[in-house]
Amino acid sequence: MLKFILTRVSLIIPTFIGITLLAFFLIRLVPGDPIETLAGERGIDPARHEQLLKEYGLDKPVFVQYGIYLSRVLQGDLGKSMITQEPVLNEFKALFPATVELALCAILFALIIGLPAGIIAALRRNSIFDHGVMGISLTGYSMPIFWWGLILILIFSVQFDLTPVSGRIDVLYYIEPTTGFLLIDTLLSDEEGAFWSAVEHLILPTIVLGTVPLAVIARMTRSAMLEVLGEDYIRTAKAKGLSRFRIVALHALRNALIPVVTVIGLQIGVLFTGAILTETIFSWPGVGKWLIDAIFRRDYPVLQGGALLLGVVVMSVNLLVDLAYGLINPRIRHTR
Amino acid sequence: MKKSALFAAICVPAFLAAAPLAAKTLVYCSEGSPENFYPGVNTTGTSFDASEQIYNRIVEFERGGTKVNPSLAEKWDVSDDGTVYTFHLRKGVKWHSNKNFKPTREMNADDIVFMFERQWKEDNPYFKVTSPNHSYFGDMGMPALLKSVEKVDDYTVRVTLNRPEAPFLADLAMMWASVQSKEYADAMLKAGTPEKIDQDPIGTGPFYLVNYQKDAIIRYKAFPDYWAGKAKLDDLVFSITPDASVRWAKLQKGECHVMPYPNPADLEAMKKDPNVQILEQPGLNIGYLAYQTTKKPFDDVRVRKAMNMAMNKKAIVDAVFLGSGVPAKNPIPPSMWSYNDNVKEDEYNPEAAKKLLAEAGYPNGFETDLWAMPVQRPYNPNARRIAELMQADLAKVGVKAEIKSFEWGEYRKRAQAGEHQMAQLGWTGDNGDPDNFLHTLLGCASAESASGSNIAKFCYKPFDDLVNKAKVTTDQAERTKLYEQAQVVFKEQAPWFTIAHAVQLKPVRKEVVDFKLSPFGRHTFYGVDLKGK
Repeated sequence: MLKFILTRVSLIIPTFIGITLLAFFLIRLVPGDPIETLAGERGIDPARHEQLLKEYGLDKPVFVQYGIYLSRVLQGDLGKSMITQEPVLNEFKALFPATVELALCAILFALIIGLPAGIIAALRRNSIFDHGVMGISLTGYSMPIFWWGLILILIFSVQFDLTPVSGRIDVLYYIEPTTGFLLIDTLLSDEEGAFWSAVEHLILPTIVLGTVPLAVIARMTRSAMLEVLGEDYIRTAKAKGLSRFRIVALHALRNALIPVVTVIGLQIGVLFTGAILTETIFSWPGVGKWLIDAIFRRDYPVLQGGALLLGVVVMSVNLLVDLAYGLINPRIRHTR
Repeated sequence: MKKSALFAAICVPAFLAAAPLAAKTLVYCSEGSPENFYPGVNTTGTSFDASEQIYNRIVEFERGGTKVNPSLAEKWDVSDDGTVYTFHLRKGVKWHSNKNFKPTREMNADDIVFMFERQWKEDNPYFKVTSPNHSYFGDMGMPALLKSVEKVDDYTVRVTLNRPEAPFLADLAMMWASVQSKEYADAMLKAGTPEKIDQDPIGTGPFYLVNYQKDAIIRYKAFPDYWAGKAKLDDLVFSITPDASVRWAKLQKGECHVMPYPNPADLEAMKKDPNVQILEQPGLNIGYLAYQTTKKPFDDVRVRKAMNMAMNKKAIVDAVFLGSGVPAKNPIPPSMWSYNDNVKEDEYNPEAAKKLLAEAGYPNGFETDLWAMPVQRPYNPNARRIAELMQADLAKVGVKAEIKSFEWGEYRKRAQAGEHQMAQLGWTGDNGDPDNFLHTLLGCASAESASGSNIAKFCYKPFDDLVNKAKVTTDQAERTKLYEQAQVVFKEQAPWFTIAHAVQLKPVRKEVVDFKLSPFGRHTFYGVDLKGK
């Protein structure tokens, strides 16, 4: 097991270097620089432009800049935003909990609906329910997030007045961030009604962000379940006269979950991508919106640091999933 | 089982009625996060709006207009030659305070001098704090204009210029000249955190900053000791909402009271909503197509005139601006003083255009390029579409135009270098002074500079003489006459095809009282009230 963990961890290093390289060079391939971008119609004279590039250390050859950047990163310094002058790490720490909170709710939502739907669809193969679940999940998977979000707002917020339009909490409340997770912070504070306000604000973004993972999980659970239900040991279990519930819950589901866990791990990356759009629609103060702004403003340090930090998070989650996979499926550990 | 209980706790709705607000709170659905709270290094309206509530300037634009009013300076004298400005400061102006700092004194001459020196003197310890790029200070020509800024006594400041400059007072009313506390700056410098003054700002303005959460919310409270009297609102909230359709949904539901930049597609529905009114004002802007007047064939005024007559302006504006723009005939907007309404518009007449082209030696037209910005701008919602319509019109008189575009920064740089033959661009006014359009965009000085904004490279002595004379004349009536003449010359020479002035549309809920549109596109909430609270 230790060897397995070490092999997995050692793979992280080249990935890490890959991310820094990509984040660093891709944005520099895009025409325009932060100073140009800020200038707008009025422009900036070339001498002043040179002087400012020098001020920001952008006049050096790109490879030298990369070297300096990498050595700073290794010392834990991700630099400061060129626009706000806040350290990148501070901005990330302030915004990331919002993204995590939303992503967790979304994945929870996807699991709670997706798993049972997939299981029942598999058990009643070719029934109306099965076709319904598969049809809906295909629709969900193909749903453009932006459109889906706006439609939900128009129906639930504007038409029926059931949920707030956007934001994380009603403007009435001011919650001093302690953990950054609003659901926890509101419970810690003694502001009455703040917790429910935070919950209300989570509903629509959770549904929008959770739709794609929900569809994927439902389909994956169904097909894994169908495969397992055809195995010999299930027939044996049936022959032993076990109850249908015991067969499904204990024998089939445990094995069917193995591929589903992998898929959930892969969905983390998808969630962060989806978060960019979801956060923009619902004015959710998370890292997705932050990175998009950084691209438009050519805020190099934020982009590089943000991509790196998110990359590290996705890698860690995938590592955990791989380890968990090794735990629930002993064959993986022994194949090498 | 455990999981679903958790889900119920986390994600199931409970529809609680929001507690009624004890105080008057106005919510403004702003479009984005400010870069920081120091307007001296900002260039975006989003950042200016966030600071506008907090700071004062020596002089300020009247609410809803371009007239310059006293503010931190109660009055001022200008020397006869127009080079020495003596400002007499208001007494008893109090600073806000926050958790980092409690001011011990009122606003005085030191703060005014600090405002200038921070942006002007490279050896000022604050010159590079937050950003060394004091864009507007440079763009308004301050480094070349200022000779000295001295404190005469605690309540008198003398500013000496190298030459007379009529728009100087209007320049000082702009956001870059917002006054920060010198005492706070010194204290933060000593504490080793100079950037704090731009992140946790202290001003003398009508609202003080309570807190700011990036991409979420900015909270302000009315400053009870504001020198001009406490604001009518108690609380002011900027609810940051980047998507225009979502802003509209929030306004409809009453989650906010005022929203900027509506989606043109939503305008119909907005007009029908009984709780909402749309405030309208032609903006201080111009969108145009510039002819490169130093290149053939556009060095010939007959060709330029012919182009102007070949394109159907009304059709273009109707099709692209969808009611959010008015066709432009002058280079300055109608809301600006000295706008000359007697100038005759070139009529749309393809036949006459053809004749004129033949006269100029192009009976079969010619081939040219036509540049379109790759981005949406306040004065031009869709440059590409406009270019296509122009292209079709020009084809009818035999002119074959090829549409070109570049990345935005590159586009501007190349246009300023004069690489185009015809290029679209535009301008949004900074200080409400005609000089800011006519001299900045069409003067010789700006045509000659590689970074000048005169992309038509238009340098015509009779025109240049008029705007240069107006620049050094202090008497406004006389300046008005000069600018009126300049507009006539402009029309005769036709360096641009003036496209449109974009109209500023602001959906506001009906309970909002006395919100005034700013010609500069600012959102000012001092003086605004809420009905029925």
